Order: sequence, then C-alpha cells, then structure tokens
Amino acid sequence: MTTAATVLSLRGATRRFGGLTAVDEIDFDVAEHEVMGLIGPNGSGKSTTLNLISGALAPSGGDIVLRGQSIGGLPAQAIARLGVARTFQLVRLLPSMTVLENVKAGAVFGHRRRWGWDADAHAMRMLERVGMARAARSRVGQLTYIDTKRVELARVLASDPRVLLLDEWLAGLNPTELQEGIALIRSLRDEGRTIILVEHVMDAIRSLCDRCVVMASGRKIAEGTPDAVLSDREVIRAYLGDDDA
Amino acid sequence: MTATEWRDLGLALVVLVVAAGLPFFGTPYYLTLGVTIAMYAVLATSWALFSGPTHYISLATAAFFGLGTYVTAVGIDHLPYWLLLPIAGVIGAVVAGLVGLATLRLSGVYFVIFTLGLAEFIRQVITWAQNLMGTRGLYVLTDLGEREIYWQLLGLAALVFLGGWLIGRSRLGFALRIIGDDEEVARHSGIDTARAKVMLFMVPGAVASITGAIIAPRYVYIEPALAFAPILSFTVVIMALLGGTGRLWGPLVGVIPFTFLTEWVARWFPNQSTLVMGLAFLVIVFLLPKGFVGLIDGARARARGAFA
Repeated sequence: MTTAATVLSLRGATRRFGGLTAVDEIDFDVAEHEVMGLIGPNGSGKSTTLNLISGALAPSGGDIVLRGQSIGGLPAQAIARLGVARTFQLVRLLPSMTVLENVKAGAVFGHRRRWGWDADAHAMRMLERVGMARAARSRVGQLTYIDTKRVELARVLASDPRVLLLDEWLAGLNPTELQEGIALIRSLRDEGRTIILVEHVMDAIRSLCDRCVVMASGRKIAEGTPDAVLSDREVIRAYLGDDDA
Repeated sequence: MTATEWRDLGLALVVLVVAAGLPFFGTPYYLTLGVTIAMYAVLATSWALFSGPTHYISLATAAFFGLGTYVTAVGIDHLPYWLLLPIAGVIGAVVAGLVGLATLRLSGVYFVIFTLGLAEFIRQVITWAQNLMGTRGLYVLTDLGEREIYWQLLGLAALVFLGGWLIGRSRLGFALRIIGDDEEVARHSGIDTARAKVMLFMVPGAVASITGAIIAPRYVYIEPALAFAPILSFTVVIMALLGGTGRLWGPLVGVIPFTFLTEWVARWFPNQSTLVMGLAFLVIVFLLPKGFVGLIDGARARARGAFA
C-alpha cells in the first residue's frame, strides 16, 4: 500500500466559522485504490472536511492537493471536473427528471464528459452497476430511500471520478438495506476505486476501510487500520467520554 | 430526429405559413392584433427560455426592449435599417451579459428587484442625456408598414423557437434544467452555474432588444416613458406564466388568450385594465401554478391513467 501513488493530500487544512474552528489543521493522504474512513463523534468536523475537499466550502487555511495540483479554494465545479465526486449527507436528486437523466447529469458534466448516445449508454451502465436499471424511466419521487441513495451513487460514479466522497452513505438504512449497501460499496472497493467514507456504522468501517482517520473537535486524534484506531484509548474517550476509557 | 420531432417541426411550419398569410386575408384590425401577438410571443418565449428552467423572474424585458427602440431611433438616419437589428441584438446581449455577471450570483428576489430597477435606470439615463441635448424624444420615420413589421416579428419568432429547440437539446439546456432543480448538485456535478446562467440570460436580452428595434417604426415618435414602460415587463411575465414555462410552446398558449382578453377589456373597460391584469395574476398564481401547460399535461396523464 505504501507503494501506491498518493491521490489526495490535506496539509494543515483548516476551516473557521467566526470563532469556531470546525476543522483544525488536518493532515492526511489518500493513496490510489485505498478506501479511507473519516470517523469521529457528531460535530467533530468530518462533514466540513469533506466539504473542503469537494469545494462546497473554501478552506480558511492550509492546502488540499489532488495529484500534485492544489485544489483548496477552487469552486466546486472545477474540483468536480478534476475528478472529485461526492454524495450528500441528505440525498440530493433532481426531482423534475427521470432516474436516467439524474445519472446522466454526472456523465455529461463530470470529470470525463460525454454527450448524446454515449452519455445515455454510460448512465445506463452506471444504473446497472448499482442495480437500478429497471427504474431508468421512473421519476425520482417514486423511489424508496435506499434506491434514491443508489441513484445518487450512480450519478457520482457516472463522472468517472478519481476520488469518491461518500458522506454517511449508509446512514438511515434498515438492517437488510444496510447489508446491500455495504455489499455495494465493497464492490466499488474491489474495482479499485479511491474512496473517502464519512461513516458512523462501525461494521461498515471495519469491513470496508483500509485505513481510518479519527477526528474529534476538529482535530485529527488518530490514524491507522480500523482495528487499531477503534481500540485506541483516546478514540474511545472521544466517543464515550472519560469514564469508559 | 425522432418521428415526433419531425411531426412537431411540420406542425410548426404549417402554423408559420398560415400566420404569415394573415396580412392577405385578415382585416387591418386583425393585422394589428397579429403584431401584438407576434411581439409578445417573441418576448414571452425568449423570456421563458431563461426563466423557465432557472426560476429567476426577470423584469428586465422593458430595459432591453427600450434599448432596441433607441438603437433604431438613433441609427435610422445614419445606417441601413437591416444593419440596426443585429446591432440591437448585440447591444442587448452585451448588456444582459453584464447584468448577468453582476446579479445572477444573487438569489431570486434580489435579482427581480435589480432587473426592475435596470429598466428604470436606463430610462433615466436616456432622459437625462436627451435633456442635455435639448430633446424629449426622437422621430423614427420609415416606410415600414404594419405588415412588414408583422413579418419581421414572425421571422424572429421562428428563430426564437428554433433557438429554443436547439438549446433544449444542448448541454447548456440540460445544465440549466439541473440548475433549476438543485444548484448545489449542479455545481458538484461540474457545471459552471454562473457561466451557464449568464449565457442563457443573454438570449432574452438580445431578442427583446431586436424586438424593440423592429417595433420602433410603429411608434413613429420614441420617448423614454414609452420605450421603457415597466408594464411591458410585467405583461411578458404574466403571459409566460399563464401559458406555462415547462414547454417551448407554453408561453404562446398564454400570449394568445391574454392578448384577446386585454383587447376585450380595453374595449369595454378602458379604465380598469390594470385591475384585470392584477386579477389575471391572481388567477395564475392560485389556479394555474404551472400554467395551461400544466393543465394540459395533467389532463393527458389522467387520460393515460384511465386507459392504462
């Protein structure tokens, strides 16, 4: 794993909201084909970190580098074109469009840009990939919750991203759906995709992640394999408080 | 192209040919009505090209229209008339581009107020400039009659429909639909939302300006209060929303009945025309939020459901 090329690095990435430092000098690297978990208690700055990487927010300090190119502070559309694609914590689909058109949005404007027949065919392949080809002509309002998540994932995959950011993609699924969801992400991992997962579901973290970065109060408090960081005393204290550590 | 597209194209050509024949078989009164309908069809359709997908309500139509009339008024003595139309188009597009760059980053309501203010601002600047020169208005004397104006507007309408159809099939059109649905998703999908909006805003800007340039000879005497009348902007919005902005032909469905309605009101209640405009607006908002197009689509969906 050490031989794989670094795709994304954060160096001292910081984001302040007035007096609050939501992300405080975070450093980490993500290697190619690696699945990295970004974990931590609520309000620890995971989603804000993801927002800095995707360009939803501009960093107040530090730098974010994608394959040697600084992307910190670039607008979201520029970062998307360079190959960073994300899902949203609360699923965001395009309500006036069909499922296929939703996915096409990623294929047409993303990292690798397609148009016409090629875009339709590619979007269809992505729908097959997430098991939603049967619903291609449906309106998004008719979908179940996990299916909306699948469609959003297909839209993100359709842009052929270099780095995939999944913001609590497994949250809110029932136990059966959760197993399907984990299997789907594992299949992405097996394809060799580079993924950053923000996640609370510990089973998923253990079974999917090569490595984890743990955040608490905006800082990185641990980094390593899932088993190592989840037994780390400071990580347990951050999650459960002093008494249980 | 699919079979439906060929059918629609054929239908559009038939409508165009029939409409072009109006000066030969209609009375002068119908020709005057035809000019009004053609003018509003052009303005409302081009307005909806931008405002339909983005949901930005622009009240700048009068600003661009007024600029166009002044292009003709100022240029008619110096340049051939046919050159004035493209000049008006370019000026309208450039001003729309500048306004777009300055305002389209703003969210909805600020944009509405800005566009309303824009027409007033340009009108005041021209009034001021005219005062400096010691005039109140300009004469536009040409030998262009009602039927020439009508045919020009019809030609422009055909161009607007063709342009709208092409935009609808283009990446820009697709980008605008995504922006209208969710701007955050659009940006994260790699769409330069500001650029797409500015580019599309230039279309109604150019078209309204050309329309003003075509209409100017009809007014004969151009003054700012006439050229930049805010009522024009409001009428265009009401007509487009009454028809529905979801389809390219939607605004046209609003323009035709609304023109007859205003005619009827002007004849029988000349003093209450503003009242009727207000009522029409209320009816649209309460009863037809998606315009006639929404009504037609809803009926079609129900019919399909009944037979399925």
